[in-house]
Amino acid sequence: MDFKTFVFYFLAVIMVVAALRVITVRNPVHAALFLVLTFFNAGGIWLLLQAEFLAITLVMVYVGAVMVLFLFVVMMLDINLDRIREGFWSYLPVGALVGVLMLIEMVMVLGGRYFGLDAMPAPPAAQAGFSNTRELGRVLYTDYVYPFELASLVLLVAMVAAVALTLRKRRGVKYIDPAEQVAVRREGRVELVKMAAEKE
Amino acid sequence: MQAMLQPVADLFGPSWPAVWTLIKIVAIVAPLMVTVAYLTLAERKVIGYMQVRIGPNRVGPKGLLQPIADGVKLLLKEIIVPSGSNKGLFILGPILAIAPALAAWSVVPFSEGLVLANVNAGLLLLLAITSMEVYGVIIAGWASNSKYPFLGSMRAAAQMVSYEVSMGFALICVLLISASLNLTDIVHSQGQGRFHEMGLSFLSWNWLPLLPMFVVYLISGIAETNRAPFDVVEGEAEVVAGHMVEYSGMTFALFFLAEYANMILVSILTSVLFLGGWLSPFGFLPDGFHWLALKTALILFVFLWARATFPRFRYDQIMRLGWKVFIPVTLIWVFVVAVWMMSPLSIWK
Repeated sequence: MDFKTFVFYFLAVIMVVAALRVITVRNPVHAALFLVLTFFNAGGIWLLLQAEFLAITLVMVYVGAVMVLFLFVVMMLDINLDRIREGFWSYLPVGALVGVLMLIEMVMVLGGRYFGLDAMPAPPAAQAGFSNTRELGRVLYTDYVYPFELASLVLLVAMVAAVALTLRKRRGVKYIDPAEQVAVRREGRVELVKMAAEKE
Repeated sequence: MQAMLQPVADLFGPSWPAVWTLIKIVAIVAPLMVTVAYLTLAERKVIGYMQVRIGPNRVGPKGLLQPIADGVKLLLKEIIVPSGSNKGLFILGPILAIAPALAAWSVVPFSEGLVLANVNAGLLLLLAITSMEVYGVIIAGWASNSKYPFLGSMRAAAQMVSYEVSMGFALICVLLISASLNLTDIVHSQGQGRFHEMGLSFLSWNWLPLLPMFVVYLISGIAETNRAPFDVVEGEAEVVAGHMVEYSGMTFALFFLAEYANMILVSILTSVLFLGGWLSPFGFLPDGFHWLALKTALILFVFLWARATFPRFRYDQIMRLGWKVFIPVTLIWVFVVAVWMMSPLSIWK
């Protein structure tokens, strides 16, 4: 077993165990942290596949941003474990269906020999000076520029929808406009009153 | 050098690359820790003088041994784990705070060819590692099972995610004009151009054409490291010390070390990305590591200067600055730089 294989099994074992813990652990915050560990190890495995751009982006986007906000929400919520477990049996068929579908897909990819995947052989190994980032950028902005822009548009729509969903006017709040606050002048706040001094 | 080390290399056999890398890591981390220790002294001294005080002057000549006394004190103090806390995560918090702060140094180029890992996607790796810094704070705040730490960590999560965006856009401008993610190449790309040929190299560095990005990056850097005036995370007047309330002894010291290591990291990155790294400012002076050290020290001074000058921002003001000022400005500037590069006026041909 050479070093690379060892690193692969090391990352893979941690990843599988962490992924299992995500769904078995009782505390939702622990589950979110195990998910972070899973993402991190997935990034490591992608690095082994010489996909450094995707690996680092996975860590940056999912570990660095998405999971932080996820943890933020999970920590704030008062999650009642019994109520979550209540619906276990009613959700099981749907979950099992998705699981079986994913299993079939995995088998088709891993056992590609039997499903005629020979027509698409694995790409040749990249040379030493190969820049993953440059290649991805070249393909995304030339050959696949329309699908790429389309995907960004879908994301934009999702973003607008998210903002529209959370945007609501509340009545009766004592909201202070920062611009108004900054623009305050002495004349607006202090009034000098001239009056005669009172004497006994 | 290689010939001299050959007998030692033979001694370790196939494990030599790992041993050699470990030696290099120690050679980076040990001076870094000394710098962190003396940065705390420098901070107290600088702020002292700015407030017309003397600052620490009792331990050793002119107070020079003060950081060592502080270190010994923190080492000897008892680590108290609160009874209602989540013990494993309580210890994991400070470790996760310092690990990214040190790991990020692996791609920082100190001089020509003097870098631990000269990776192609260096800048991206830095962004990824620094984006994980927030976990230490969040986990510490949650595991403490106490109100103030929790409030502090919630603030940290929101603040660090917000300012990462504008920092990322500022970096996109830098890598647009240097056409590389490799930090060594980014420094090299600053050592060319019209002003460089005139001998005024400091005018051809990235700070001048990207002046707004330089300012945004520096301010976002202060916010990312939770330093004053953006230190609402520990804000001692509001949430006592934020995520660090329940920590004592070495667990507290790790947070402290991480904060200062991050400060030095942001300063050295600003020097590398915007101030030409190890390049000398004038044509007749030789390049070298001392220039990088000098630039980093200058930016660190700005950090201390800002702390002594500005009052703390209010939380909503921080969010407003991050989302409504910096992100629009950086977004527009990315566009401006891209158009500039494609126009006949481009200076990066």
